[in-house]
Amino acid sequence: MILLYMILILISGGILAGITGKRSQLLPRIISLTALGADLILLLWIWNSHTNPAQNNWWIDYKLNWVPTLGIGLHLAIDGLSLILLFLTILIGFVSVLISWKEIHEKTGFFHFNLLWILAGIAGVFLSLDLFLFYFFWELMLVPMYFLINIWGHENRIYAAYKFFLYTQASGLLMFLSILALYFIHGRTTGTYTFDYNQLLGTSMSAPVAFLLMAGFLAAFLVKLPVVPLHNWLPDAHSEAPTAGSVILAGLLLKTGAYGLIRFVLPLFPDASVSFAPFGMILGVTGILYGAKLAFAQTDLKRLVAYTSVSHMGFVILGVYAFNRIAFQGVIMQIIAHAISTGALFILAGQLYERIHTRDIAKMGGLWKQAPVMGAMGMIFAMASLGLPGLGNFVAEFLILTGTFKTSIIITCIACAGLVAATVYALRIVQKVFLGREITTLKIKDLSVREKIITAILVILIIYLGLFPQKIMDTAEPSIIKTLDPIENTMPLNSNLLNSIP
Amino acid sequence: MIREDFLCLTPLMIIAGAPVIMMLFIALKRNFKIIYGISLVAFLIAFISVFFILPSIPDTISPVFIFDGFTVMFFGIIILASLLVTILSHRYLLYQESEREEYYIILFIAVLGSLILSAASNFVTLFLGIETLSISLYVLIAYRRSRRNSVEAAVKYLVLASVSSAFLLFGMGLIYLNTGALEFSKISLLLRSQGYSTPLLLTGFSMMLVGIGFKLALVPFHMWTPDVYEGAPVPVTTFIATVSKGAVMAVLLRFFYAIQGFRNHNFILLITVIAILTMFIGNLLAIRQKNLKRILAYSSIANMGYLLVTLLTGTKDGIYAAVFYVISYIVTTLAAFGIITLFSGKDNDADQLDDYAGLFWKRPWIAIVFTLALLSLAGIPATTGFMAKFYIVYTGIDSGLWILVISLVINSVIGLYYYLRVITKLFSPANNLAFPSVSFEDKLILCLVTIIILWLGINPEGTIHLIALYSGF
Repeated sequence: MILLYMILILISGGILAGITGKRSQLLPRIISLTALGADLILLLWIWNSHTNPAQNNWWIDYKLNWVPTLGIGLHLAIDGLSLILLFLTILIGFVSVLISWKEIHEKTGFFHFNLLWILAGIAGVFLSLDLFLFYFFWELMLVPMYFLINIWGHENRIYAAYKFFLYTQASGLLMFLSILALYFIHGRTTGTYTFDYNQLLGTSMSAPVAFLLMAGFLAAFLVKLPVVPLHNWLPDAHSEAPTAGSVILAGLLLKTGAYGLIRFVLPLFPDASVSFAPFGMILGVTGILYGAKLAFAQTDLKRLVAYTSVSHMGFVILGVYAFNRIAFQGVIMQIIAHAISTGALFILAGQLYERIHTRDIAKMGGLWKQAPVMGAMGMIFAMASLGLPGLGNFVAEFLILTGTFKTSIIITCIACAGLVAATVYALRIVQKVFLGREITTLKIKDLSVREKIITAILVILIIYLGLFPQKIMDTAEPSIIKTLDPIENTMPLNSNLLNSIP
Repeated sequence: MIREDFLCLTPLMIIAGAPVIMMLFIALKRNFKIIYGISLVAFLIAFISVFFILPSIPDTISPVFIFDGFTVMFFGIIILASLLVTILSHRYLLYQESEREEYYIILFIAVLGSLILSAASNFVTLFLGIETLSISLYVLIAYRRSRRNSVEAAVKYLVLASVSSAFLLFGMGLIYLNTGALEFSKISLLLRSQGYSTPLLLTGFSMMLVGIGFKLALVPFHMWTPDVYEGAPVPVTTFIATVSKGAVMAVLLRFFYAIQGFRNHNFILLITVIAILTMFIGNLLAIRQKNLKRILAYSSIANMGYLLVTLLTGTKDGIYAAVFYVISYIVTTLAAFGIITLFSGKDNDADQLDDYAGLFWKRPWIAIVFTLALLSLAGIPATTGFMAKFYIVYTGIDSGLWILVISLVINSVIGLYYYLRVITKLFSPANNLAFPSVSFEDKLILCLVTIIILWLGINPEGTIHLIALYSGF
């Protein structure tokens, strides 16, 4: 029940914020913070009362009939992985509300309505254990995100919003077809027609069918992640969205793709996933290098950061398809660290835009002198992005590469080149924006107290992740074991197969 | 005729009797309020009387009518939708200077035709129903005859509908020639024993399909739709899009399932091709439209394409999905056209996309309803349109109709694009056009349809259960 409350709090908070928006600017913000705070308390309570790393099952498992005629249930459950991602959701939620404090001053009520509904949809995605319900939330978060980009975005927002919606909707529908096909295959073989995740696990089907169904799921998740040939929507959506939108996109929406891979694709289709693994890893490496190269070529700061996301998400898919615990730990670290570091870079880009009304890095330069705090923050997160030891991203990428090394040495070597490329684009941000020739016509103020607090929290978190990652790894461990078990068990050829990759 | 038969005919008789009473009143004194009142009361009584049929179903008044759960379901849907159209028309008609009263008389006759259609079990009743409906529609479409578009639309509809009726009739004749029967059940029995082998028979069915296809605006018989939708007064457009399509769909479902057309490969091929064409052409043509009525017209074409999928499933679930889809489509369309009706003034209908720029910032609640309706048409979760599409895809996959299902999915994406165009307009910066105020009863209708859209989208279980309980043939 508590899990349902978490979603309902966000939903009703959103409605309340929307209604009160007419009266005052402040009320929606406070309501949003309250709703997020309430959820945070619930989460902390769950964490406190249920933590038991040895436990392999779900911490809380909540099930209700929804449309029993069609085998649809309201099945929510939480485990370590969901818990970590929910914490991330709430964190990003807080950050999004806080950074919009000054940026959004029109239609505040509706803005926060959308914000909270996106978060509700994402929380639903992280909690659903019924495939229909999962799809329901998966689609539900698109609409408010569409409005967020469409109404509060930059110049080219309408185009970007369309593109975002159509890409994700089209790929989501392919997943939906797969879900339905899985449902019927399971129903025909066992006689119980259900969308329940636990029951659909281990549905027996022929290899080509499994591969086809997996392809449907992959379509949705790889577009969200995004993986290189399907990444086209991302730079537009990220760069045109308002800062809060970009932060949520980078910090959470992309992660739903990674979560989907770990929670659904691998457990539902272990055999097909193993045969897809080589392609998955190659896609990952391509993403790492291609994203980094394009990031280097951008002049629009937000677009640049958007492409670094493509590059970082390449590590995620690489790690997922390496099929071992170390890489998986890295993937989860990467999910969190990337959300924080890239989110912070988007926030910085947003703060710069508020001050000088441009995202073009050619028009910036030497800002460190006027805004040293901002410069320092930019430096820290650029370093995080390039994977400096001591910061969260380093741990993540190191673990992923270590894990991948076991399966394919050559791919790991190529992926390592991505780190070099990351250094190039990250340093370029610092060089072009904060150092370099000072453009004297620009007069900017340094970070305000509110902005300092937001960025300081993020800095603390990213350093904490870099120095003490053990807590998160412990929390995620049972989920990882649960995901990897069927793959390790059912495929004795596993290691051979992967070794066949050059 | 026994007592049960009379009982079953009550809704039909109420709907048929009301115009007579209205005519008497008009003969005595023209008073729009009285006529409006009579219409409301008559529809309400008719709706209530539907519940009294329930104990006596299934009942057949052979050889013309059949009253089973399916009929009753459609009776309910049709009468309720007509009631809403009646209320929506009220304010709209006030703009008209003279002859407002006859509108409702003709509307009742059109509803009568629709009811006959949904209870038809015989070619004669089928044709009677279709003609009663069409002939009233000719008049309704041209009801605001001072507008140029209205007459043009009516003439277009008149000519094409007559041609299509001729096709329908000829098709029926050919089938009669081969089977010697006019009743669906007898035809189906004969077909089961002889098969569909004769070319004449197939020609007959195909010609019938032309006739029905015209009424449902299936491609390639869809050309009239945008013009008629645009030219007709908005409430009439609403009626055509909801009640008239629903009723024709009902009889098509009944007939097609009776003859078990989903077992014949010729039919499967024909319907598959028509369905795919209807979806794609409807959606693709909608993309570039600037007129909201035309967008919705093309969208209705595409929606009928989705509905055709249920014909080929040949399962009970297929019928349920079709009924659910019809309900959800009618509700959603009522919401969308209802809003257009609200904003339509004396001189012209508010059908330009630009009329709605920034509606959200001026009339947030109405814009939310409109957005919900559009999202429902696009099939986004939490709206009834999603559940309806899901149900069709569900039954389609169950029956292995992969080509149709995949083209439905592709079309959902295309459809989403133009619905988003409208939504984007609603949320764009406001212009300085003023919107007229909204009356209490219109607000009530919008509230009602919104609740239904959300309710069926979030908790469809009860409705699906109800449909499954009653909609067997």
